Amino acid sequence: MSNAPVNNGRRRFLTAATSVVGGVGVVGVAVPFIGSWNPSARAKAAGAPVEINVSKVQPGQLIRAEWRGKPIYVIRRTEETLKALANHEDQLRDPESVEPQQPDYATNEYRSIKPEFMVALGVCTHLGCAPTYHKDDFSEMVEGVKGGFFCPCHGSKFDLAGRVFQGVPAPLNLVVPEHSFPTEGTLLIGVGQGEA
Amino acid sequence: MKKFIIAVLAILPTLVFAAGPSAQLDSANNDLADKESLKRGFQSYINYCLACHQLKYQRYNRTFADLGIDEKEGVANWMPTGEKPGDHITNNMPAKEAAKWFGTAPPDLTLEARFRSPDYIYTYLHSFYVDENRPFGVNNKVFRDVGMPHVLQNLQGVRTMDEHGNLSAATGGTMSPEQYDNFVRDLTNFLEYVGEPNKLERKALGYWVIGFLFILLIFAYLLKVEYWRDVH
Amino acid sequence: MNNFMAWIEKRLPLMDAMNKHAAQYPAPKNFNFWYVFGILASVILVNQIVTGIWLTMNYEPSGAGAFASIEYIMRDVDYGWLLRYMHSTGASAFFIVIYMHMFRGLLYGSYQKPRELLWIFGMFIFLVLMAEAFMGYLLPWGNMSYWGAQVIISLFGAIPVIGEELTIWIKGDYVISGATLNRFFALHVIALPLVLVVLVFLHILALHEVGSNNPDGTDIKKPKGSVPPEELSKFKFHKQYSEKYDIVDAIPFHPYYTVKDLVAVVIFLIVFCWVMFFIPEGGGYFIEAPNFEPANGLKTPEHIVPVWYFGPFFTILRVIPDKLFGMIGMFAAIGMLFALPWFDRGIVKSIRFRSKLHFLNLTQFAISFIVLGILGTLPATDFLNMVGRVASLGYFGFFIALWFYSKNEKTKPVPERVSG
Repeated sequence: MSNAPVNNGRRRFLTAATSVVGGVGVVGVAVPFIGSWNPSARAKAAGAPVEINVSKVQPGQLIRAEWRGKPIYVIRRTEETLKALANHEDQLRDPESVEPQQPDYATNEYRSIKPEFMVALGVCTHLGCAPTYHKDDFSEMVEGVKGGFFCPCHGSKFDLAGRVFQGVPAPLNLVVPEHSFPTEGTLLIGVGQGEA
Repeated sequence: MKKFIIAVLAILPTLVFAAGPSAQLDSANNDLADKESLKRGFQSYINYCLACHQLKYQRYNRTFADLGIDEKEGVANWMPTGEKPGDHITNNMPAKEAAKWFGTAPPDLTLEARFRSPDYIYTYLHSFYVDENRPFGVNNKVFRDVGMPHVLQNLQGVRTMDEHGNLSAATGGTMSPEQYDNFVRDLTNFLEYVGEPNKLERKALGYWVIGFLFILLIFAYLLKVEYWRDVH
Repeated sequence: MNNFMAWIEKRLPLMDAMNKHAAQYPAPKNFNFWYVFGILASVILVNQIVTGIWLTMNYEPSGAGAFASIEYIMRDVDYGWLLRYMHSTGASAFFIVIYMHMFRGLLYGSYQKPRELLWIFGMFIFLVLMAEAFMGYLLPWGNMSYWGAQVIISLFGAIPVIGEELTIWIKGDYVISGATLNRFFALHVIALPLVLVVLVFLHILALHEVGSNNPDGTDIKKPKGSVPPEELSKFKFHKQYSEKYDIVDAIPFHPYYTVKDLVAVVIFLIVFCWVMFFIPEGGGYFIEAPNFEPANGLKTPEHIVPVWYFGPFFTILRVIPDKLFGMIGMFAAIGMLFALPWFDRGIVKSIRFRSKLHFLNLTQFAISFIVLGILGTLPATDFLNMVGRVASLGYFGFFIALWFYSKNEKTKPVPERVSG
């Protein structure tokens, strides 16, 4: 055994350097384990954008589609409905759509790209039930409003732009998903206007 | 101790030899990095193979992305089956009926290049010859009594086998021998790609990881030497 | 912070345990190359457990879905291919390392008194590891998985009277089916790993109780008071060791062997990664080509061979012409290893100081074992079966001969102190 004095500085440096390099290695090893929790190609394929033909939807009609396991409501609104939207704004929680419940391109008075087509997730913002569509008889729930959505679970109410009324449990407007109209009459859910 | 190591070294070649193929195969010489070749192989696969052989573990959009085909272009021109770009590359052949037609259902080829080998596929597609005793009039030198007809006969032409078991040169095909070699090479290349789509990625990552480990080795070694000064 | 540590320490002496098993554990200073394989085995065990847990997240244990779920992992899951290759390469690496580790025990007599129990625990680990590997090999549900399992399970059919019933009971069906797959899955991912971890824990506890052997086979713990103070090891060891013994030629495990083993681990990882990233099929030995075809009970692969690490024992089974005796022979081959501490009646441990005869005997044993292993991966022919019988004789002969010559073996004098 040698009795040469221990070079503590060198020892500390090498310990630290090896630890740092080893630490980088540990982080590197963690990458595949963390990365493998991302949606797989199967999940991505299942969650791929959904194309809907909306050219044959009648005025006032609601059609449903499914995207990423969630119901999508598409309604073709009439001129009359669109005009009526402005009449009850004083009864709404967020009439100007200030909360980011819709993409920028749908942040307008109709919460849509084309005024006649309303596209929203059929998921109540309270606890996730599916609101029911009341085409003509909504005035039973809110006086003076002809059409809207009523959530049967806890009685939340939304108008035909998906905007929530005051005095109900749901805090926010219905979510408008990313969508676009690649051609006249086709609606693509999952790809935003101006993307791809 | 030394004798033991020598003994191990002496036996190793036997081990390696044992893993070798039993039949004489030609080398495919394909190149996975050649995307144009992969695209040609993909096109040939669609034209000549897909009607019978699925690639049921491989998705269209993955293939597009890896081969450098734009997704829109892929959906328009490279997707004879399937509805969405994320669908698997399948066909509509009913397996039971197919088993009646060919004696056995045509196998899925996703993993064929790993199950056999690229060289096997390359040689197999060269080795059909005329045999009137077989249902489709052809037999294959590397896959005796195969149930598959020679779908590439128009391209390659026909070969015959002499009494020594040697195959003649192909005659009457629309392709020259070189053209046919390249055609089969591209197809083989594509099947090797489909067998393990991330093979190139795997190797590329391997260089980084091993490079990193050598750096770690230097530090670990210096650290060991430093501490062991106390002992020696 | 210090108060908190003291509070913990008083209730659960963790620091004390760390000192006892690492920072103040006396390890002989002359460990050589052969002494790294224990650490490497633990590294692989951790790798297998962690990657295994991650694989179960996407694996589907059913006859209909297993094969496709492997391809799903290989293609659709981000980094799934890497996790799978880490696991499959790890399986073969585990056996390479374990065989080296066991051979180290043979070289330096690490199984001899007082380390018999340590050796027995090790053998149980080996046995459980083989069961673990066998069941894990069925899970990809490839054709070689299927037929390999078929062959091994049918061995039990050779047991008189209950054999046939037993094989059906193991399979849970008249053929290997989804039921077999599911029970193997449960055992592979839960039961056997638990047993394995407990055994490894006991193995290490037993090691630290009797202390590590070394390439000279000498004892580094001398009776208290027998060593002049200037010859004692200059390092501080845990009082559990230093109060009972005079310790010579030893160094604390930490930091000296931790830094040394780190070098070994990194070198091992370089080799491991080279295989994993560049030849993950291991030339057809680590992942066999027929396993790229789904399990098919109507189509047998051209020649069924078990995975390479079962080769030696499989060959002993195969070269004995009678099915029942073949099975007995195979299990006896493992049983002999269990009993090794009692076959060896010698006192000198290390091959360095044992007789020429012992050296030759151990050499022929190593060669026989490797030959048996190679034969296990080759198709059987009359000639190879003869070679296999000779090698089997070599295998069993090692133990028998050892029992005879070890009693009065002509050994060299063993030095008091380690030479390195």
